Amino acid sequence: MPIQYYIALAACLFCIGVVGVLVRRNAIIIFMCIELMLNAVNLLLVAFSKMYHGTAYAHDVNSTAGIEGQLFVFFIMVVAAAEVSVGLAVIVMMYRNVHSTDVNFLNRLKN
Amino acid sequence: MTNLVYLVPLFPLLGFLINGLFRKSLSKPAIGIIGSGAILASFLVSCSLFGSVYSATHGNPGQVIPTTVLFDFINTSSFKIQFAFLADQLSCLFLLIITGIGFLIHVYSTAYMHEEREEHFGRYFAYLNLFVFSMLLLVLGGNFVIMFIGWEGVGLCSYLLIGFWFKNNNYNYAAKKAFVMNRIGDLGFLLAVFWLLAKLGTVDYHEVFSAASIAKLTPTDITAITLLLFVGAAGKSAQIPLYTWLPDAMAGPTPVSALIHAATMVTAGIYMIARSNVLYSLSECAQHVVAIIGLATALFAATIAIKQNDIKKVLAYSTVSQLGYMFLGLGVGAYTGAVFHVMTHAFFKALLFLGAGSVIHAMHHEQDIRKMGGLKKHLPVTHLTFLLACLAIAGIPPFSGFFSKDEILAAAYAHSPIYWGVGVATAGLTAFYMFRLYATTFLGTFRGTHDQEHHLHESPSAMTIPLIVLAVLSVLGGFLGVPEVLGGGHWLHHYLSPVITSEKAHTLEHSTEYMLMGISVALAVVAIVIAVSRFSKRPQLDDATGAGKVLENKWYIDELYDAVIVNPLLKLAGFLKNVVEKSGIDGIVNGTGRFVHYFSRQLRLLQSGLVGSYILFMVLSIVVLFLVFWNQTIILQFLQKIF
Repeated sequence: MPIQYYIALAACLFCIGVVGVLVRRNAIIIFMCIELMLNAVNLLLVAFSKMYHGTAYAHDVNSTAGIEGQLFVFFIMVVAAAEVSVGLAVIVMMYRNVHSTDVNFLNRLKN
Repeated sequence: MTNLVYLVPLFPLLGFLINGLFRKSLSKPAIGIIGSGAILASFLVSCSLFGSVYSATHGNPGQVIPTTVLFDFINTSSFKIQFAFLADQLSCLFLLIITGIGFLIHVYSTAYMHEEREEHFGRYFAYLNLFVFSMLLLVLGGNFVIMFIGWEGVGLCSYLLIGFWFKNNNYNYAAKKAFVMNRIGDLGFLLAVFWLLAKLGTVDYHEVFSAASIAKLTPTDITAITLLLFVGAAGKSAQIPLYTWLPDAMAGPTPVSALIHAATMVTAGIYMIARSNVLYSLSECAQHVVAIIGLATALFAATIAIKQNDIKKVLAYSTVSQLGYMFLGLGVGAYTGAVFHVMTHAFFKALLFLGAGSVIHAMHHEQDIRKMGGLKKHLPVTHLTFLLACLAIAGIPPFSGFFSKDEILAAAYAHSPIYWGVGVATAGLTAFYMFRLYATTFLGTFRGTHDQEHHLHESPSAMTIPLIVLAVLSVLGGFLGVPEVLGGGHWLHHYLSPVITSEKAHTLEHSTEYMLMGISVALAVVAIVIAVSRFSKRPQLDDATGAGKVLENKWYIDELYDAVIVNPLLKLAGFLKNVVEKSGIDGIVNGTGRFVHYFSRQLRLLQSGLVGSYILFMVLSIVVLFLVFWNQTIILQFLQKIF
């Protein structure tokens, strides 16, 4: 499949994620939207590394080009998992205190 | 003695302050005594001033009366204006007229205004004193600026006094009209003063009228300055086209009308031009304009006066007409004649107004002459003095009006027979309308209600004594200026000769002068006979029709002004208010506010603490950065082009 399809799909996912972060107020949904953006980036990394690997493989069968992209995906997944664990803990604590997961509700803290 | 000059205006000022500040606590007699006493004191000082000026210069006409400087009024590097008084022959004559007649009017007012409440009584006398004070400042000022202060002062006081009964809105409109019309004229006066300052750097009379200053002025300068001064004079002295305020000024109490019309305010224009006679004599054009405007006003106002039915309106138009005469005199270079007519006119016009006031008083504020008639036997003193005044204004010898009017007419004849012809026709009209007024008011049978007839009474002595004094003056006043042809020496001419240096000597044959006098007197007598025979018997005056209707409505000049000037101005003002102000100016002002408000709201999002808005800015910024990087070659080229 041409690379453009992957790029388009990733862009769509990323935009959905951005818009979700911008317009929703529920912290959990914002979290999920952030995951969506991360996954859009993951998708791009995988697609580009596969494409890069494909062109390098044609010249040299033993080539390992493109492996960095795959590695980055794992890094991102790990970091995302860590973030989710911390973030969810924050959200749970927040819910316990104020019985709401509305992020705008928390702007009271600024005072 | 000349250092007493400052006392003359000081007394009325003190009277104004006392009566004005304590009007609620002073009793009516006290107010009357303070008000009248202040003017009497001024009159006495004026008499002594007059005496000293007369004795100082008698037989020594070359002597210049020095200016009395009180303090520096305006002092800049380029010019200096002093607060200075000049009591020379001309101003002393005016001082006597103003304070003398002013005093009589004050005495008269104590009786005429007696029905007013105490505080209004005090307010009235305070205004009167302020009026006299302003007028004294006007004639005493040693330069044009001090004259202008007094000039504005009388304008203000006329506004206050015309609108004295301020609960009547029509009276307020009349006051406003007088004020606004005077301001139009004042603009001309001010421009003339500025012009003088710009060209000469001084406004002091002695300096402006000196040969050195005149040499600095081009003929165009002189014509422009004199014409601008005349605009001011036309406003204050009610000449075409700025005369319509004066008949409306009848809204004020009758003694005020007497004061405005006889002794103060309207003579200011004559005074100013007589004072500036040196300049006027140098400009043919200005003289022609003055003479023609004066003559036109005289005739025009006289035609209107024929058909007026309000006793005070007739007198008001008569004043406008007589002022026109004075301007005719000024225009043909007979400055003494004009001043002489100011003086005699002050006597008989004050008498006429005070007599009219006496009639109105007796008739319980009825002013329509159609409802009068036959007052002769009820008001003997008023009747006799009024008759004398009518004879004087009609120009019957040897009453005062004859001499002064004839002097102007003779000078007009020497200038141009056409001027004389129109002038004599006006004199005939004057005799006609004055005796129409006299006959309908005092002769025939009473036409008012029975109740009014029952209450008819002669006025108290505080009113009749001023009438008698003025009547004596009206009868004898003319002998101050008996012309040479009638065997007199014309005292006034000699007296004023140091001030009025540019008088045109008119040389007429004695036989011609006799003929001119004969014609004008004969015409006046015929007019009187017609008027008396026509109006004394007829019990009712019909409503006018045709041409009479036009005259009764004053040639529809007020309507014309309304249509041509007032209404367009009101429309323009409405347009400016509703369109330019509301949507233009307000739009800009409110728009600025709204703009700032909007942007502050947007900027506030930068630190609202809301994660959503932060992220939005972040995303938008990223988008902008992307756009910049993608187009950076174009942007760089553009920057290179403009720097």
